[in-house]
Amino acid sequence: MATKLPKVPVVIVGMGWVGGIIASELTKAGISVVGLERGKSRDTQDYYHVHDELRYASRYELMQDLSKETVSFRNTMKMRALPMRTYGSFLLGEGLGGAGVHWNGQYYRFLPYDFEIYSKTVERYGKKKIPENMTIRDWGITYEELEPYFVKYEQMAGISGETELPPNIGKMSKPFATGPMKKSPGMKLFEDAAKKLGYHPYVIPSANLSEPYKNPDGVERAPCQYCGYCERFGCEYGAKADPVVTVLPVAKQTGKLDLRMHSNVTQIIHDGKKATGVTYVHTPTGEEYTQPADIVILAGYLFTNVRLLLLSKLGKPYNPETDTGAVGRNYAYQVNGASTSAFYEDREFNLAMGAGALGSSIDDFNGDNFDHSDLKFLHGANIRFTQTGLRPIQYQPVPAGTPKWGAEFKKATIHNSNRVLSVAGQGASMPNRYHYLDLDPEYKDAFGQPLIRMTFDFEDQDRELVKFIAQKTKEIADQMGGTKTEIHDSIKQYNIVPYQSTHNTGGTIMGSDPKTSVVNNYLQMWDAENVFICGASNFPHNSGYNPTATVGALAYRTAEGVQKYLDKGGSLV
Amino acid sequence: MANDKPNQPQDESRRRFLKYSGTALGGVVLGGVIGGLVGSNLKQTEKETAPEPGKSGTAPENKDYNQALMFFNQDQFLTAEAAAERLFPKDDLGPGAKELGVAFFIDHQMASAFGTNARDYMQPPYYKAEATQGYQLVFKRRELIALGLDAMNQYSNTKYQKPFVEIAPEEQDAVLTAFETDKTEIKDVPSSNFFAMFLNLTLEGAYADPLYGGNRNMAGWKMRNFPGNQMSYTDYIEKEEFVKLEPLSLHDHLELG
Repeated sequence: MATKLPKVPVVIVGMGWVGGIIASELTKAGISVVGLERGKSRDTQDYYHVHDELRYASRYELMQDLSKETVSFRNTMKMRALPMRTYGSFLLGEGLGGAGVHWNGQYYRFLPYDFEIYSKTVERYGKKKIPENMTIRDWGITYEELEPYFVKYEQMAGISGETELPPNIGKMSKPFATGPMKKSPGMKLFEDAAKKLGYHPYVIPSANLSEPYKNPDGVERAPCQYCGYCERFGCEYGAKADPVVTVLPVAKQTGKLDLRMHSNVTQIIHDGKKATGVTYVHTPTGEEYTQPADIVILAGYLFTNVRLLLLSKLGKPYNPETDTGAVGRNYAYQVNGASTSAFYEDREFNLAMGAGALGSSIDDFNGDNFDHSDLKFLHGANIRFTQTGLRPIQYQPVPAGTPKWGAEFKKATIHNSNRVLSVAGQGASMPNRYHYLDLDPEYKDAFGQPLIRMTFDFEDQDRELVKFIAQKTKEIADQMGGTKTEIHDSIKQYNIVPYQSTHNTGGTIMGSDPKTSVVNNYLQMWDAENVFICGASNFPHNSGYNPTATVGALAYRTAEGVQKYLDKGGSLV
Repeated sequence: MANDKPNQPQDESRRRFLKYSGTALGGVVLGGVIGGLVGSNLKQTEKETAPEPGKSGTAPENKDYNQALMFFNQDQFLTAEAAAERLFPKDDLGPGAKELGVAFFIDHQMASAFGTNARDYMQPPYYKAEATQGYQLVFKRRELIALGLDAMNQYSNTKYQKPFVEIAPEEQDAVLTAFETDKTEIKDVPSSNFFAMFLNLTLEGAYADPLYGGNRNMAGWKMRNFPGNQMSYTDYIEKEEFVKLEPLSLHDHLELG
């Protein structure tokens, strides 16, 4: 029997970026918050020995323990889903700060086109342009409406970027909090080549601070040292914005945040109309607790958000056969695979040096910034050169045709370790009627509850996008003065083995139709007005960008919605 | 550009860090730079003497008592050492897997949580998987590696009437190729599964921080001009020319009590 705890105004499930931002905003407004995090606590002191590729990058030190819970996967509904037994395609964060600790810090606001993708596509090309089963939709919020929340995130995190940005991305009402990152020689080569071709390169906006910064909450942080250990690592300097060094200390300082670690939420308690709290297990003891609350906020990674709704039988599960229901709909990912490598026989670059968000990019072939009339795909990709710090275990650069081991392999990898610059596209992922999340019928987690099951594959849309974007990467790389270039322009089936991207989206999507979306544009659940769900699980599709900027903006929007709801109750739209 | 003080870059990078983070240190620090890190930086600068020969960074002349087996038997160790050497051989660029201690690395990894798949989902049932669904074997890594090494010896004994360590390098390559291309199997498991795992472990052993038993004396990193664990590249990141730095390991970064 679960121990029933005293009721609180707000309980948040998950203490990553979303949970941290909402906790910070609410506690600053004087509202008491209980934060439940299933992993352990963390701070910068834990990263004293973080420059360890084996432990953090290859053995996934900061990631969720898959022996307790994983995801099952199949490409199509005809296949049997099998559990992801070990990490590959994407990495699930765990512990204080969540995936916000191990990100690279690349910060892109989604394009105005993204939020109105359906209307704008139909307006320019007609309804017939959208292929059968592609379930793109407007988000129920516009770029202009979300703009002030982007600003809040940027000022809090100290996002570094240029003052003058290209005209083909969303307008900013306030410049970035700090100046752009330093430019490495590779970035200069990329930018010069892109400019020569008439494109609009800019330095990637970065959450790795370019200079010392004090944010509006009074948090001071040191600048990035370009040490080359960001993605999969925590930042020992606190230079990379993460929840642990930005929003969580602010929430803690109010004395209004009751942060409980090792607290794994297993159920949302509800009567079909409203939630009354959550049940969680304190994992070290196995003790079960019920935490009653006026408001329940789901702030987990998308798999957690979707799974908790389905396990708790809250909301209508999506059924791809009938195309009805909402929970689990529009799972999307990131379409990588378009790239060109430039090899330099005559020079070496300092490629071990870098930062997670160090690089330059163009959006000339992202969103609807180019004419798709004669193309067999929608949307596009941000094309970039990044210098994130290349490490010797996971980076084995060889020209095509090199043996996979032995003397020639060794010689080629050593020779090329500082001689290759890669120009790559980060492709948008369009939703499909048959790409979705539901509960696995067979596999269970450590508590005996069903795993989440993913059904996902690449479609013609994705293969066409990769083919087109790859040509553009080659065009640029060919201008970068290398000895030769090699293009990669094809993707096949989606395969969960090789690492691709931890940009999984959808499942609790936002929208203006209560039948086919889970939350309204305050991220308030249509089917339970005192439940708010926020994260990349809200995205109806994924753009050709990293998701954190838009997740952060939505979190600020949610915090505002929660305060409105506490004031007046009812549906906020 | 070579580093002009190869024995002291650690302190230099720490000083640089302190310089750049000065404002944060002066103010109220809620997040970011923490006391422990700063405290040890300050202590470290007081003893700025160059390491003595025989300490980190140079080849130890004495026995290394950390070089012993945690998991393999003697045959498995020698087979692993010989096989890894073929995958990553000694050449004019520098040492191969044997000299780098790769077989010790693999042995230690197999004895660790990684070897027992402690953080992997190992619940049944097990079904035959599509290639897109990844590893679906009931075998744990250490079981697969041990059986694979035994199987390479058996294969070698059958084909060449000698154990793997005694056959010629070209013959060893032929055995490895047979395992790589599924010309044989290990207890119904495709041998390519073993091969791929062993190759991956070999590269990890060549390039992981020396604390794990491979990459002996950071020689793997030196071949690639990989600088290892440095605290800051702020002064170099914009430089057009290649900056060659003497690598540093995590050991160099540890404050001993």
